[in-house]
Amino acid sequence: MERSVIFAGFGGQGLLFAGQVLARAAMDEDREVLWIPTYGPEMRGGTAACTVIVGDEPIGSPVVDAAWAAVVLNPPSLAKFGPLVAPGGTLVVNATLIEAESGRDDVDELRVPCTRLAREAGDDRLVSVAALGALVGRTGIVGPDAVIAALREILGRKHPEALEADLAVFEGGLAFGRAAPVTATLAPAAVG
Amino acid sequence: MTITTIPPTPLHHGHRVLMKGNEAMAEAAIRAGCDAYFGYPITPQAELLEWMARRMPEESRPFVQAESELGAITMALGAAATGARVLVSSSSPGISLMAEAMSYMAGAEIPMVLVNVMRGGPGLGGIGPSQADYFQATKGHGHGDYRVPVLAPSSIGEAMALMADAFELAEKYRTPVFILADGTLGQAMEPVELHFREPPRLAADWALTGADGRPPRVVKSMHLEPEDLEVHNRHLQAKFAEITAREVRWAGENLDGAELVIVAYGTAARVARTAIARARDDALRVGLFRPITLWPFPSAALAEVAARARGVLVVELSAGQMVEDVRLAIEGRTPVAFEGRTGGMVPTPGEVLDALRRLRGTTAGDAAEPTKEARP
Repeated sequence: MERSVIFAGFGGQGLLFAGQVLARAAMDEDREVLWIPTYGPEMRGGTAACTVIVGDEPIGSPVVDAAWAAVVLNPPSLAKFGPLVAPGGTLVVNATLIEAESGRDDVDELRVPCTRLAREAGDDRLVSVAALGALVGRTGIVGPDAVIAALREILGRKHPEALEADLAVFEGGLAFGRAAPVTATLAPAAVG
Repeated sequence: MTITTIPPTPLHHGHRVLMKGNEAMAEAAIRAGCDAYFGYPITPQAELLEWMARRMPEESRPFVQAESELGAITMALGAAATGARVLVSSSSPGISLMAEAMSYMAGAEIPMVLVNVMRGGPGLGGIGPSQADYFQATKGHGHGDYRVPVLAPSSIGEAMALMADAFELAEKYRTPVFILADGTLGQAMEPVELHFREPPRLAADWALTGADGRPPRVVKSMHLEPEDLEVHNRHLQAKFAEITAREVRWAGENLDGAELVIVAYGTAARVARTAIARARDDALRVGLFRPITLWPFPSAALAEVAARARGVLVVELSAGQMVEDVRLAIEGRTPVAFEGRTGGMVPTPGEVLDALRRLRGTTAGDAAEPTKEARP
């Protein structure tokens, strides 16, 4: 089964990076994965997004009409991608920036104070890493160890000075995702 | 913001790495023995050029960012005329600027590989993924009676493999070769098994290598005497006929017992694959016919496959271009429907599934089954 995750937010919130870490983690678990960014002009100052599709067979469509999960980091992203989550899917919302709720009672809406979690762990810029932690803690789409290994692999080479903070923020998000109560009684998402 | 492939470390043969399509094609070209690269930046192809800018000097091979696409392709023509293995890449508007030199290279029989990472048109259009350059690539590109082999990868791994094949075809037949990709394939990352291949070098007894100690050679496309030009054209046409007879490639999935068949290439074929999997819930048996060579088009194989099906659906990221070759191949014996999006939009699996349901509705035999509720 294919599991698709949309990451969306302001350019600069690190969501392309978070998607890339998830893709790398999935690959390290010997699974198939596809990472695709939006690369339109909307990336300059507006909302940016990427999609990561994880599966056991070679990935089919790079476009998703019903997402297994979405991680939305700013209000326009919730409006645009909230409705795209399949019934039974997971919606991770950056509660620090987004006051509105999705209004959906058929998805697991996980409201995560991403900025606060990131700040508590040492770097409030790492919003998307906190959100990735919450997604992984909630859904288990990949194992936490694979994400940690991916962060070490990617940051260890390019930005070793940032690694410690990223790992701490990821752990904070992971703990939040595991501990938060589920918002609705849901069947597992059926649509990739 | 450009996110590059993670491992700038040595890319070892046999390793499984996460690579961006543009960068994977560039590295595959280097490992296929590309001697020189010429280009000019354009989205959504830019990372290919950027990768070459970094890697070609590491290999002590020429990388030139020219002053324009015209400059790049004309430099490439000159380099390739010396027998060098040459790569050029661009995206749709840039490819249009290269048409003149491509015609000259086809006429002068100069091998070269040109990658088009297609974006939406016409004109400057947009930067989203597209397949709207099918006509341009398969029907000639520049002026004159000529064709060039066109290879259409559907995954990043396949794009890497086809790069070596493209150089091999180019040199075997002394012709330019297109690799026709789209923005999605260029921008996406997938894990790829690194299997690089450097095709053997053929004796280029035509190349301009300096006439010291041997008679001079001539590489040209101009033949002012009509009789001479017709002889040359007959020679070219015989070569195109040989390519058509020998180099057709396609892939089939789930074609045994398929009532409907989707014909799609590149990214559209991947969308189709997901739609076909969902169609099973409708008890709808659908196969995929995926041309890998768009020219020569796999007409005979498609005609055979279509003869066993009730209907054929062509899916493209265009207003309908390959569908014309599909209709020519099938010659009206099986109904042909079309589903496409333009301008940088990609059809969703749901849209393709709806098109399959409509096609079944219009081609239903006695055993047509009721349509289930649509999934979200």
